[in-house]
Amino acid sequence: MRGLLTRRNAQRRARSAVPDERQAAAAAPAAVVAAANGAGTASGAGTANDSPAGGIGTVSGSGTANGAGPGSGTGGRAALAHDQATGEAEEPRPAGRVAQIASLRDYLFRTARVVSARLRPALASAGTGMASALTRARARWRGSLQVRVVTATLVISALVAAVLGFFLTQQIADGLLQSKVKESASQTGLGIRLAEGQLGDSVSKPGSTTCQQIFNTQGALQPQTTNPDYLVAIRVVSPGKSTPPTFCGGAINGLSLGQVPPALMEAVEADQAKNASQLPYVSVTARFSGTGSPFSGTGPQRGLLFGAPLGSDLQLFYFFPLSAEQNTLKLVQGTVLLTGIALVFLLAGIASLVTRWVVQPVARASQGARRLSTGRLDERMQVKGTDELAALASSFNEMAASLQDKMQELQNLSQVQRQFVSDVSHELRTPLTTIRIAADLLYESRLQLDGSGRRSAELLQSQLERFESLLVDLLEISRYDANAATLDAEPVDICDLARNAADVAQQLAERRGAKIEFRLPSEPCVAEADRRRVERILRNLLVNAVEHGENKDAVVTVAADRDAVAVSVRDYGVGLAPGEDRLVFDRFWRADPARARTTGGTGLGLSIALEDARLHGGWLEAWGAPGQGSVFRLTLPRRAGCQLAGSPLALSPVEAVAAVTVTGQSYAGPGRDHQGARPGLHSDPRRSHEKGRFGG
Amino acid sequence: MKGRVLVVDDDAALAEMLGIVLRGEGFEPTFVADGEKAMEVFRETKPDLVLLDLMLPGVDGIDVCRQIRSESGVPIVMLTAKSDTVDVVLGLESGADDYIVKPFQSKVLIARVRARLRRTDDPAPEMLSIGDVSIDVAGHSVRRAGEPLNLTPLEFDLLVALARKPRQVFTREVLLEQVWGYRHAADTRLVNVHVQRLRAKIEKDPERPEIVVTVRGVGYKAGPG
Repeated sequence: MRGLLTRRNAQRRARSAVPDERQAAAAAPAAVVAAANGAGTASGAGTANDSPAGGIGTVSGSGTANGAGPGSGTGGRAALAHDQATGEAEEPRPAGRVAQIASLRDYLFRTARVVSARLRPALASAGTGMASALTRARARWRGSLQVRVVTATLVISALVAAVLGFFLTQQIADGLLQSKVKESASQTGLGIRLAEGQLGDSVSKPGSTTCQQIFNTQGALQPQTTNPDYLVAIRVVSPGKSTPPTFCGGAINGLSLGQVPPALMEAVEADQAKNASQLPYVSVTARFSGTGSPFSGTGPQRGLLFGAPLGSDLQLFYFFPLSAEQNTLKLVQGTVLLTGIALVFLLAGIASLVTRWVVQPVARASQGARRLSTGRLDERMQVKGTDELAALASSFNEMAASLQDKMQELQNLSQVQRQFVSDVSHELRTPLTTIRIAADLLYESRLQLDGSGRRSAELLQSQLERFESLLVDLLEISRYDANAATLDAEPVDICDLARNAADVAQQLAERRGAKIEFRLPSEPCVAEADRRRVERILRNLLVNAVEHGENKDAVVTVAADRDAVAVSVRDYGVGLAPGEDRLVFDRFWRADPARARTTGGTGLGLSIALEDARLHGGWLEAWGAPGQGSVFRLTLPRRAGCQLAGSPLALSPVEAVAAVTVTGQSYAGPGRDHQGARPGLHSDPRRSHEKGRFGG
Repeated sequence: MKGRVLVVDDDAALAEMLGIVLRGEGFEPTFVADGEKAMEVFRETKPDLVLLDLMLPGVDGIDVCRQIRSESGVPIVMLTAKSDTVDVVLGLESGADDYIVKPFQSKVLIARVRARLRRTDDPAPEMLSIGDVSIDVAGHSVRRAGEPLNLTPLEFDLLVALARKPRQVFTREVLLEQVWGYRHAADTRLVNVHVQRLRAKIEKDPERPEIVVTVRGVGYKAGPG
């Protein structure tokens, strides 16, 4: 950007400096020369001052533009870039760069369009593979800090290396060019003085120099080595311009007039007209086709072409090939590129190594934590040194140790409690057995006792039963509290269990003139369950339903789906007040404390049932409304330990009815609960059969 | 039917109470309170049934059970205060035929004792066979490929119950009723453990049983397929 600006400034200044009558013709070339001159030509100016022909540089109107140092570099570069790939220096235009950029942009857009059009079908065909690869790459990107850091380092260091390398090579190229320009200018200045000395007075008299003189001068100026580092040619300008200016004898040393860009010629002529010299030069690519040149057969030669007026009708041209500089630049570029690539990969490697250092202990810590969480409490990390990672390791170890202590403490506590339960169990049960048997004997022989003795025997018998069941329930609850309960799962048909569990409740119901109605599916509902516990749950629910059913029938519904089986026990008794559907599972909770304890429930039945259900990974839920009765639903996973997602039965009858209504309209329903409710509610001839068998 | 019953229990009160009940039912009880002396008394009295408390001072009830079982097929009924699966299964695996969890009713005790002592007095001559196992019901002997097998009375009863109706599937509840004499559904662990013990004696490969086959989710049956 800066180069462009500087160049434009130079152009503007160049234009204003050109004499009026030449403005139209010379505007463009002058601009080019100025640009070629390196816009600022700090070097150019410097050269002129340093050179023996000190006057030359100062007289110039057009290109002297005395820009600052940095500007000069870019200007010179612009000239180099500008002329590339042309046989002769092409006609430069002021807006050339803008047009070039525009065309380049157009080309890029076109290419991008074409590429994307061609890629689209390929992408579509490889779509799935690509997508999965992309997903995998993304997973790796997200999953590994190391990958992220290394990739970021790679990208950033590549960018930095590219920018640095670019500036470095540009700087070197500028430096090389500037020193060459300086050297060439001084060489040219030397040449002018030498030629003036050779030609003597004839320089000042137009038309007086002979071709022989010019040849001799040229010979004298030409370096006398086999590998010359410059070429010299003298051009004769015919006075009045009647004949085109030529080199004496055509091409000299292979440097033909055709190779001299008109812009340079005009600049030199302008100097000549003003009797001044500022040593204009251009960068050209010259082809040496003949055999007379030392550069023949080397292909196009890039170089600097300097021109200077020699008297009034002669012009001295110097061609300095840039091959040495180009070679140096190539070497530098190669070195910079290689160094850059090496640096990028080295940085990526270092980043990888460093992240490894940091990430590995963290990964070890996370692995250790995972192992710790799976119960391997002996897991510890290695502590090395005193850095942050060592602090992490040691605090991890402290955490693990305290966790282990706590766990051990809990385990000991649990062990103690379990042992206590076991001991209490044995110690209580043995005397209780004796009491029990004695009470049995007394009860059997109660008819031989008198009235109060008989009643005492009866009370002893009944209260002993209550005491026993209370003891059994208490021990069961303590077993759960001590985490000592184990699941003894086997495949069982829940329908069978429901029928088996109903026997006690059935007798109770019969005494109250009620029935238990069964709504069972035709196929068995097999689940992996602990027969004893599930029967206990169901027995509890059924006895509860009969007890609180106010002598109305209770309904047992069983249903199953792919993952779960469910039993719901419905009664039409007093029901539950809002909020009581949770309280019912509390230990020793009673709906109405004032109510007479007609049956010998221990108050622990539902708490144990809930624990039993939880041990299976199942649910036990209650629903109830005052006056509408209640529903208890047990849901068990088909396979022991599987997570439950839903229940095949609806909990509340409101939901169940709603589900039947909406499913009738082929509405999918909000959850499995509702769909699953159907089997239980459709009328089925088999169910009346079941009812006949079990409900009577 | 009268029988001698050895009561192995360290609790004097309970032992005395058991004695009262057993005598009331016409059994002849003998008592031993110490596990170490149990074998001695057992050999002396040659009881028809042993009532064994699992928790004993000295030698553990489980060990006593194993020792008796190694010498005799006499029915053993465990008295246990623990109903946890581990304890019950351990007791059954050490050779007990049945168990009663304390506290129990005298009726239950007598029913179990009678069920274990129940022997059809003169069984009709009957020969059964499943696979290469032949059973002489009257002679109370079992042979596999001619080799006599030593089964306890309970194991024998279990095998006979299954073999009488080959290919019929028995649920655990039905077996409990037929073999153990339980009226109501009881602990099916009894069946599981004794089927394992029976298989260990009669099957060529107890891991892949061919005589007593499990029907998953239902129960057991005799014979292949």
